[in-house]
Amino acid sequence: MSQAGGQKPAANRMTLQTFKARLGGASKGFKLLKKKRDALKAKFQALLKEIVDTKLKVGEGLKDGAFSLAKAHYASSGDDIASTVIERAKRPSITTKLYPDNVAGVSIPLFKMSYDASKDSSAQTLGVACGGAVINAARETYRKAVVSLVKLASLQTAFHTLDEEIKMTSRRVNALEYVLIPRIEDIIHYITQEMDEQAREEFFRVKKVGRGCASSSSPSLKTEVVEKKKVKLQKEKDEMAAAGKRTEAAIDAPSMLATKKDEDLIF
Amino acid sequence: MVKTKFVTQSDMKIGLIGDEDTVTGMLLAGIGHVDGQGKKNFLVVDSKVHIKDIEEHFHELTARKDISMILITQDCAELIRRAVDEFSHSAQMIPTVLEIPSKDTPYDPRKDGVMQRVAFFMPSAMASLGVEI
Repeated sequence: MSQAGGQKPAANRMTLQTFKARLGGASKGFKLLKKKRDALKAKFQALLKEIVDTKLKVGEGLKDGAFSLAKAHYASSGDDIASTVIERAKRPSITTKLYPDNVAGVSIPLFKMSYDASKDSSAQTLGVACGGAVINAARETYRKAVVSLVKLASLQTAFHTLDEEIKMTSRRVNALEYVLIPRIEDIIHYITQEMDEQAREEFFRVKKVGRGCASSSSPSLKTEVVEKKKVKLQKEKDEMAAAGKRTEAAIDAPSMLATKKDEDLIF
Repeated sequence: MVKTKFVTQSDMKIGLIGDEDTVTGMLLAGIGHVDGQGKKNFLVVDSKVHIKDIEEHFHELTARKDISMILITQDCAELIRRAVDEFSHSAQMIPTVLEIPSKDTPYDPRKDGVMQRVAFFMPSAMASLGVEI
């Protein structure tokens, strides 16, 4: 990319092509990223509504669960099922699986609940004495609540991941739009300007030198050409000084066309 | 470019921090797990438990690789609000932290970090939650 501010690239056709190619690539990337950001934003909005709905369902589910648990407590009067349950917990009958899902090119995690009834043995013997049915009912209610909880967890992770991704993509889109593309356009503009100027100078030089050769090679005309060259060189020197480049020593060397009388070689 | 690829992982557990009734119910459903070293994926929080212990257990659960989500009742979340918020703002996606209402305290969406973010984008969310629950 363009180097530290001030150093301009050489103004020739090759660099022009390079930078034009870069501009094309940057604009294409910019369009694609904008599309990606819009797609992500749309998915995000849809997610929001779902999250609110699922949160409500979860609340309901847990309320029912608490209610059925209270009933179970009541039914198994005397026995404290809470501590028994807590003691007996060994292997989970409910486990979750993590799946990566792809949304507009973004990999988001999804949870899937798997229920294995065979591992449920730890709490089976709970209600043998009394209240078995109510305890089972409580278990079922809570299981349903866990289903919606797992769903909510999936939505939440998707929410977080999409949030991050939208922020990053927005940052890139803005960077391209306000920093990179204007910079490249600037450079292209500069190169085309320089090339035009060079063409004009070349044309002018050819005209002048041609005129100088056509007439007699009088010193006055030669001086004219030399003066013009000196002016041009001075302009170039100023330009480069302005651009921060150090003027090369060669420019200060005397021009070969100066009308200096050479000393006669005397043997 | 931070591209986190999620690997399919099965047999992940559900962590739980809550009051006795919530934990009992959930354990009834069958999410409880005690491994060989006696480490549990749940914690019963009553008046005798120190806040430090809750925070420690929370950090333990978030560090574990086999836990996909952590359920925490809203009043427990209030006790360790700082730790919960810190984790939510970190870049770690797994495990997800879910705040659930408990029997004593009804669900307050204003305190839930996720709901705050949702309300930022969809202002009607708070209304539908705050009024209905």
